[in-house]
Formats: sequence, C-alpha cells, structure tokens
Amino acid sequence: MSGHSTFEPKHPALKWFESRLPLVGLIHSSFVAYPTPRNLNYWWTFGGILSLMLVVQILSGVVLVMHYTPHASMAFDSVEHIMRDVSYGWLLRYMHANGASMFFIAVYIHMFRGLYYGSYKAPREVLWILGCIIYLLMMATGFMGYVLPWGQMSFWGATVITNLFSAFPVVGPTIVEWLWGGFSVDNATLNRFFSLHYLLPFMIAGVVVLHVWALHVVGQNNPTGVEPKSEKDTVPFTPYATIKDGFGMVCFLIFFAWFLFYIPNYLGHADNYIPANPLVTPAHIVPEWYYLPFYAMLRSVPDKLGGVLTMFGAIIVLFFVPWLDTSKVRSARYRPLFKQFFWIWVVVCIGLGWLGSKPAEGGYVIAGRILTIWYFAHFLIILPLLGLFEKPKAVPASITEAVLGKSKGGAPASAGVAAPQTKG
Amino acid sequence: MQLEALEGRVDRGPRGRTPVSRERPSVGPGGRVGPPVTGMRGKETIVAATETAGTTRRDFLYIATGAMGAVGAAAAVWPFVSQLQPDASVLALSSTEVDLGQIQEGQIVTVKWRGKPVFVWNRTAADIEKAKATEISALIDPVARNANLPADAPATDQNRAAEGEGREKWLVVIGICTHLGCVPIGHMGEFDGWFCPCHGSEYDSAGRVRRGPAPENLAVPPYKFVSDTKISIG
Repeated sequence: MSGHSTFEPKHPALKWFESRLPLVGLIHSSFVAYPTPRNLNYWWTFGGILSLMLVVQILSGVVLVMHYTPHASMAFDSVEHIMRDVSYGWLLRYMHANGASMFFIAVYIHMFRGLYYGSYKAPREVLWILGCIIYLLMMATGFMGYVLPWGQMSFWGATVITNLFSAFPVVGPTIVEWLWGGFSVDNATLNRFFSLHYLLPFMIAGVVVLHVWALHVVGQNNPTGVEPKSEKDTVPFTPYATIKDGFGMVCFLIFFAWFLFYIPNYLGHADNYIPANPLVTPAHIVPEWYYLPFYAMLRSVPDKLGGVLTMFGAIIVLFFVPWLDTSKVRSARYRPLFKQFFWIWVVVCIGLGWLGSKPAEGGYVIAGRILTIWYFAHFLIILPLLGLFEKPKAVPASITEAVLGKSKGGAPASAGVAAPQTKG
Repeated sequence: MQLEALEGRVDRGPRGRTPVSRERPSVGPGGRVGPPVTGMRGKETIVAATETAGTTRRDFLYIATGAMGAVGAAAAVWPFVSQLQPDASVLALSSTEVDLGQIQEGQIVTVKWRGKPVFVWNRTAADIEKAKATEISALIDPVARNANLPADAPATDQNRAAEGEGREKWLVVIGICTHLGCVPIGHMGEFDGWFCPCHGSEYDSAGRVRRGPAPENLAVPPYKFVSDTKISIG
C-alpha cells in the first residue's frame, strides 16, 4: 500500500542525502502521505498512544536506572532514595509505575478494538500475531519490573510466578532453579530480572517496528471493515491522522496525569512498601491489576499443571483468533450476534479481573470457573460457529458510501467555493 | 463526519487555502476587523492581501498552539534534566573533620571530603622556608586559589597555608591535579611538593604548580579550626 515514496526533495543537500539513504522519503510515505481510511474513529488513536507510552516508559526507565541499585540488600533502599533524595525522583518513579498501568489500559483498549472490528482477519493475521507477541513481551517486562523495588509484593510475586514453571513434569523444578539462579528468589534472581527488564522494552520497540511495517503493508482496518477502494475512501495521514492521534494522546496524558499527580499509589499495593522478607508471605497476595484475569483463571483450576496451562492457554488462544473466527464479515457493526457475544466476552474479562483480586474461596472460585469456561468457549466454540450460523447485515459497498450514506454519495463538490463569506 | 466529508471536496485555492472574496475585511489575531483590503496596485497585490486576511488567524492559532506545546515539552523535559544534579543524600555529606594531633611533622595525610582526596601536610620549617622564599613572579599561577580568601588573593605561602599563630605549618589542599584530575604523589618532584604521575605536573611545598601542563595551584578547600588540633573541611 505504501509502495515507492512520492516524496521529492527540493533542497540540493536533501537531494544528495535522499539519493544515498531515502530516510525522509520513508518518513514522508509512512507518516505524511500514507493514506488512512477517512472513517477512523478515536479507538484508532490507541496505536499512537501506545507508541507514546513505550517512549515514556523507556525514557523514565533509563533515568531511574541511574539511581537504582539492583542488589537484594540495597534495591529497596535505593527506590526510597529515588523517592526522597533524587531531584524529581518521586515524579519519575510514579511516572514509570503508573505508566506501566497506562500502557496496559491502552493495550487492552487497542486489543478490544481489534477484536471488535475484526482487525485480525486476512490479510492482517501477521499484524495481529505481532501484536500478540508485543503483549506477551509487555507482560514479561511488567512482571520483572514489579520485582525490582524488592518489596514484599515484588518478592512474593516473583516467587509465585516463577513457581508456575514448577508445574511442568520432570523438567519443572530444574527450570525454576535456573530462573532463580539458586534455590529461592534471591539476589541472583533480582539481577537477571533487572537485566531482562532493561532489555525487553527494546525488543518490544523492535517488534513494534515490525508491527507498524506489517500495518503499512496491508493498510489499516476501519470501522466498516471494508477495504478502501478508491482515493475518496482515504485521507492523507498528515494532517488528518496526526492531528487526531495527537488529540487522543493529549487526552490520554491528562488521564495519566490524574493518576500520576493525585492517586499515584492507587494501582499499587501497600505491602510493596515493606522490604522483601523471604520468611513471611503477606496475608493477601495479588498480582498487578493487568494480570488479574489470568490469575483468576489459574486459581479456578484445581490442578496445578492444569491451572498453569489454562493461564498460558488464555494468551495462546489469541494467536489463533484469525482462524477461529470463520465469518467473512470483519466489523462487528454488521454482525448483530457477534456484537452481543463480544460485549459478553468483555464483561467476562472484566469479571475475571475482579475475581482475581478476591480471595480464592467459596463463590469466587465457582464464578471464576464459569467465567474461565466462557472465556475459552468464546474463542473455541462461539467464534467458529457464529461464522457459520450468523446472518450478517448488509455491508456497505465502500467506506465513502458508509460515511455519506447512499443518497448523499453525490454531495455537491462546489459547496465550499460558492459559499458566501458571512463571518470573518 | 459529514462535515469532514464536505471539507474533503472543497476546491482548494492557491497553496491549498480556501479562496475568499476580495472585499473581505482583514481580521487580526484578536478577531479585530480592519478596513477591507481592496486592490490598489493590481491583481497580484490583492491575491497576497486576501491570503494574509485568510491566513492570519490560522497562523496565530498554529503559533499559539506550538508555543503552548513548547512550554509543555520544556516542563516535561525539566525533571529528566534536573534528576542529574547531586541528590539530597550527596549534598548531606558536605563536611569532614580531621584530627591534626595524629599527623607527625613532615607527614602528609590524605582524607576524603565529598569523595575527593584532601591532603593535610604538617610541613617542616625547611618546607615553609622554601615556599616563603619563592617570588610570586616565578609562579605559573599567581593566585592563591584559597576558598577561605578573596578570589584575587596572591599566592603567597601565607595565603596558601592555614591562618593563625603557629598554624602556618599546616597546608590543606584538595589532592586533585588541576590538569586533568589525577591524584599527585607527595614528597616527589623537583619542588619538594607533589608530582603528578599522569602528565608530569609538579607542585611546590605550598601546593603551587611550578611546572607542567597544570594551569592552577592545588585548590585550598573551605575549612576552619574547630579546636587547636582539629579542622573541619567543608
């Protein structure tokens, strides 16, 4: 879709450079001239917001490392040192900690949008899978980052999550020892998690480049799910998408700032302000909010290995969505049944998240089992069957037709020119 | 969405701007309406004038938005720069006490102050004599470099050594070569002071540079006597 650049440099120096490395042309064709569907709504601004959040996380993280000490006996104090002594250290740490949550809020909206509008369907399967890989990397990065302050939640979160791998028969205990670099979560674990926590964001950035590349090959999906057919269906990325994305980013940053400045510890746990103690587990241990649905699934299965497989399966199944959804129609707009099942599934996900924050007892466990079954049934039963039995609504012939309606398709082109200037 | 659709179809004038009528009043940044711009010097002038009338307000908005964005960006960047400065825990370690009673005649003791070495030298009478005999004109750096004295104090031995009756034997200097920051070695070199192993600068028995690439005398840190046998640096 992007093809060869139409960018033609005027300045001789730029011409010289462009004929040797067409960098400006690449930027021009990707972010200026690139045609975007004219009907994109604000749910499409979250890709840009996610890129922004990745930059915020990398910048604040690089700066935090300048003051942090990755050692079991000093890590906790060094984080407090950042909070109390370092100039604006409190701001940078809260930015990083809340930034992680904002990153996940944005990625969940981005994923729900993709699922709602069928953005994973051909020819966008690779684009979708790359997104799933980014999500997996984000989960690993977030988890390891949460270990670094070396508070009680850090320590016991690390213990529980690494112990998941002990569920695998035969090799499990060995894997766990290798993850720990010892016989319990200790300094060696902290050091390797720190190293990987610094590495993974750059791997994410690399996969993001592939993700954007794949996007620019197949083009963006849009709320109708109909591919652009003529020039009328698209507008240039700049100024239309840049301004819209920019506005979305500003609104998102206001939301972010609200957490950052008013409730910076709302999404954290008070227990993590207690230094790690390998001899005492906190009474109520929960992961960060963005893992809660998976945590609920883990606890719903009464078998150790089964629980771990269920949890990992919940993410693995996302990779296969392009083939599990058998419907030819992309957008939920024209799929009345799918639309209802989609929202039920969203409620199921939120419900699982809520259950994950509750103690694993009584009714919570039963509810968790029902919702876990529904989660998988949505992908493995409902999606394949809907494609066969659902009767979709009429899909518009083109984006322009969907936007303007059939009758208004031929709106007068001269309206702007002839309009009298009544106001200054 | 419909509006947007119509916008897309508007026939753009020169430079993509909507053409406006000639008689249109010009509008200033504050929305002030000026006298109508009419053609006085031919068609070209009119085109330019109407363009100005059509662009002024938009340009103003662009500049205002850009200025706000720049202020916001600067405010966001500031914490990232500010975090580089010495933090509160570093600033708290600002003074070091040294017990002079333990330093024998002729001995140089090195203490750490703010992470830097500070030399405290109990000089012999011969060392002092030599330093006093040196003319200011023979020095590379004629200024005392003593944080306890005015910046233009001359580099006499009196201005370099400790102040007060019977205290002139004490020389307190920061043990960092003023060339590129190495720690000079004591009791070495032609001038009986310090010799820097990195690039061969030499200092005399008042810590004044006498030879080599170093441009300045060894700096005298701020210090005071808390008792006859104890100083507090910083």
